[in-house]
Amino acid sequence: MDLYLPVANLSVNALVIVLLGGGVGLLSGMFGVGGGFLTTPLLIVYGIPPTVAAASSASQVTGASVSGVFAHVRRGGVDFKMGGVLVAGGVLGTFAGAWIFKLLQALGQIDTVIAIVYVVMLGSIGGLMAREALSAIVRSRRGHAPRAAKRRHHPLVAALPFRTRFYASGLYISPLAPLLLGFVTGVLTILLGIGGGFILVPAMIYLIGMATGVVVGTSLFQTLFVTAVATMVHATTTHAVDIVLAGLLLVGSVTGAQIGARLANRIRPEYLRLALALMVLAVGVRILLGLVWRPEEIFSVTLS
Amino acid sequence: MRARAALLVVAAPLAMGQAKPVLVPDVSQRAIDIAYSFTGADLLLFGAILYPGGRVPVGEKPADIVVVVKGPTQSILLREKEKVAGIWVNAASARYRSAPSFYAIASSRPIADIVDDRARAIYELGLDSLQLSPVSTAAPDVQQRFGRGLVDLKSRAGLYLENPRAVEITDSVLYRARVTIPARVPVGRFTAETFLIRDGRVLAAAVRDIDIRKSGFERFVARAAERAGLLYGAVAVVLSVGLGWIAGAVARRF
Repeated sequence: MDLYLPVANLSVNALVIVLLGGGVGLLSGMFGVGGGFLTTPLLIVYGIPPTVAAASSASQVTGASVSGVFAHVRRGGVDFKMGGVLVAGGVLGTFAGAWIFKLLQALGQIDTVIAIVYVVMLGSIGGLMAREALSAIVRSRRGHAPRAAKRRHHPLVAALPFRTRFYASGLYISPLAPLLLGFVTGVLTILLGIGGGFILVPAMIYLIGMATGVVVGTSLFQTLFVTAVATMVHATTTHAVDIVLAGLLLVGSVTGAQIGARLANRIRPEYLRLALALMVLAVGVRILLGLVWRPEEIFSVTLS
Repeated sequence: MRARAALLVVAAPLAMGQAKPVLVPDVSQRAIDIAYSFTGADLLLFGAILYPGGRVPVGEKPADIVVVVKGPTQSILLREKEKVAGIWVNAASARYRSAPSFYAIASSRPIADIVDDRARAIYELGLDSLQLSPVSTAAPDVQQRFGRGLVDLKSRAGLYLENPRAVEITDSVLYRARVTIPARVPVGRFTAETFLIRDGRVLAAAVRDIDIRKSGFERFVARAAERAGLLYGAVAVVLSVGLGWIAGAVARRF
């Protein structure tokens, strides 16, 4: 079924987009990530202009994270104070990101920068996750009980001023650390159309040292608000949000997310993490090849 | 005698004008509406060649018909990728003031056999004869490389088309040609030009306008995105939160 996208100015097969959203939603439900890092590149491969792809997939991440946030709030898995600081940083980050976006667009390097950031980010995070998941699998195979890691924040975080108490996270740290973390993910949300969950979660655990029970819920809370703000920023600056495209993606992804959340309960978490890591690495390698291989189109046109 | 001479002088252009054939062109659609199910359109350009006296001249070579459909011109920046430090990045660029957003040419014979290069440049006949009005003053070979790059890029997107032998002429008086408008077409005022050409000379030309516009919901959405960004963004956010919430609520029931 062909459907015309009024902002992207082309017609797509609606079923393909819904299924794409569904597949990403399934994975996001299973792994607890927004899935934006898959949606944007896949849409670009399908032929959607990169700006429209990034702008529209941010709203898909919003939809995919809503039910997760409600679920975590119900069981007390959200540190609202920490979440508030992260959101504040994230909102500042989206504004900074919009400025960077415009600058890079004017220089004609936006696509290259997006691709490089993707490769660096997916490569490093995917690598770290794969290593961690593999060693967890090896440990559980040998029958060792997983070593209870001593939870503590990074010394740099401890050195920052204006310490305050985050009760739900069990922390007494400076709010500057989560503010900065939120800022970085906000920039990435605008540039890449991702929620940033797979950066936030490890950073919250390993850098800030939050209690693990509130990590995923608080990260989803931040993702929900920051992707919503990112959609607004795109709608007012680049005018590239295609509501028809976003709607199609949403229908697929919110359904997929629910199914994925159920599947996740049946699989051992370390295998789940390994699978996610391999997928992240695969996407990173694909984008890297896109940079290195001679592109099909040497020339590109922008209206001036 | 003098009066007769004067009459002849006055009447001469009239008489010559009568000797030239006249084109009566038409298009199947004066307006193309882009709605939700738009996947492109087939435009039929047809018409008649009216010869003076209503008779096709005998003993002369048959005339050719060339049809050109052009989209609104755009001011564009064309960038060329180059391999720098192992990766492909945008490097050189060229600016054009009047690149057609869409260009399709159909003819009854290959265009190079019908007219010479000069006439092609004047009437913009053929993808290698487009008047792009480059702004930059680069070397001619660089200009050519960029020009070819633009044509190649647009051709592969289906926005520049060249179709020799797509014009059918029936009994030397009726002609018709089909031009495919792809879904990625830009909106705006298009023109359909028809040329009647014999011996490399343009005997007659005529133009028809075609409006390509978004209609209904598509028009509303595109306008809202452009003019009411804040409200549009808010609706997008409400839509995504709402759909996510509904899916979660439904899933909890089962």
